[in-house]
Amino acid sequence: MFDAFIQVVIKDLKTAFRQKSDILNPVWFFIIVVTLFPLGIGSAPALLRRIAPDIIWVAALLASLLSFERLFKDDFIDGTLEQLMLTPYSLAWLVSAKVFTHWLLTGLPILFVSPLLATFLSLDMTTYFALFLTLLIGTPILSLLGGIGVALTVGLRKGGILLSLIMLPLSIPILIFSTMAIDAAGYGQPYLGLLALLGAMLLGAIMFAPFAIAASLRVSVS
Amino acid sequence: MWKWLHPYAKAQKSYQLSGKLLPWFVGLTTTTSIIGLVWGLLFAPPDYQQGDSFRIIYIHVPAAMMAMAAYVMMAIGAFIALVWQIRLAAMSVAATAPVGAVFTFIALVTGAAWGKPMWGAWWVWDARLTSELILLFIYMGIIGLYNAFSDKVLAGRAASILTLVGVINLPIIHYSVVWWSTLHQGATIIKFGKPLIAPEMLWPLLIMIVAFGAFLCALTLMRFRNEILIRESHRPWVCALVTGGDK
Amino acid sequence: MAFHSLVGFLHMGGYAFYVWLAYGIAMLSIVILVVNTLMETHKIKRFVKKRMLRDKRIQKAQKMEGAL
Repeated sequence: MFDAFIQVVIKDLKTAFRQKSDILNPVWFFIIVVTLFPLGIGSAPALLRRIAPDIIWVAALLASLLSFERLFKDDFIDGTLEQLMLTPYSLAWLVSAKVFTHWLLTGLPILFVSPLLATFLSLDMTTYFALFLTLLIGTPILSLLGGIGVALTVGLRKGGILLSLIMLPLSIPILIFSTMAIDAAGYGQPYLGLLALLGAMLLGAIMFAPFAIAASLRVSVS
Repeated sequence: MWKWLHPYAKAQKSYQLSGKLLPWFVGLTTTTSIIGLVWGLLFAPPDYQQGDSFRIIYIHVPAAMMAMAAYVMMAIGAFIALVWQIRLAAMSVAATAPVGAVFTFIALVTGAAWGKPMWGAWWVWDARLTSELILLFIYMGIIGLYNAFSDKVLAGRAASILTLVGVINLPIIHYSVVWWSTLHQGATIIKFGKPLIAPEMLWPLLIMIVAFGAFLCALTLMRFRNEILIRESHRPWVCALVTGGDK
Repeated sequence: MAFHSLVGFLHMGGYAFYVWLAYGIAMLSIVILVVNTLMETHKIKRFVKKRMLRDKRIQKAQKMEGAL
């Protein structure tokens, strides 16, 4: 069973690295969006520091939206998804492998470039640490939620805009809790409780989302 | 109960049953809304703080409540549709969604029109208004998803899944927004609607809630009948119905 | 009665614009929804009727062809 998981991960990683720009583009998008804000609202460090977490989180949300298409689209077109459904393993399990890979390819790069953006927006160390933790816990939830959206829209010709319409409202709590935690860290208050809430949401998403994704894929493929 | 319910899982039977129920709901809607509106607009005394602007409550609160109730109805329908694979339940989800969206819209607009004289601004990021807005987004997502599929059976199933995902998310969204808004503005908002309300103001409100509830049911039934007709349009009973007059 | 005259009722104690705006938009959206629903019913029925007529015509034509 774990073999199957790992095999799906390896296969997806291999195909992803064949198209390196697919991995890099969302990250570039993320960096560019964050750069736009200081250009738009002025570069006063105090102001930037105050809204930096919100900017970074909104940018992360948009960047992950861009990359979701890749999660199932190619597999849907070339019939790999149908093959996955025919394997003896539960579809939800295999799907979680795919979502995990997707997070490795989109969430992780965002984590890696976040120090750069923190310096752009003149965040101090403690706030940045909180930002990093919320991104670490929050981006997998985004991947799982997005997975549901993609699975529902993958069979549609114009699924892209619909995907954002479906996914963005659902991801609002993550945005709220994350920015609240970062704000609390900025004021030197404890934010562990908020992180725990995010963690609970992540656990809930890990438990339920794969089944929702599997059910949605069955709808899209039939 | 299952044995009794089962025949209604057949499209024709439920079409007929809903046709029988519909006049009752329409009648209930008309009577209660006339009583409620006349009482609320003409006879209820003005609020000692808000004057006559409080009369917006008679559409704002019922619309907001029924917008939530519509979502609960959809969630139940979606659950039945997915667990027991009943197509009619998925149709009811599709039938309810636009009604719920319109009610949410009404709640938002009336909330804004009430907020302007009371808060001095058309829009305030108050917890209830904000979660109502997010509810509208979710409704629009479900409607958009349903309309995007050309195969309506698949559309119903996809919309049902999204409805259930939304119902798990809605409480989280609600509490996160409540928490967020108390953190950001807290006491600056004058709370209204919640405090004790005089009985001569409350009665019309309750009647209006019944009116909106009956209206929700009536509209949902009408749209449900439409959905049945579309999907069964090749069946002989639909052909007979169309040629046999307007029943 | 909370109001003494029709003008007073329409005036709504100075909140006329907001109250009637709220009621107006609510009414309008409800009417739109109802009309949309009724039109849909009408459209479906007309569509089914049309298709039946067409089927009948096709059958007739086929019979004629057979007779020829």
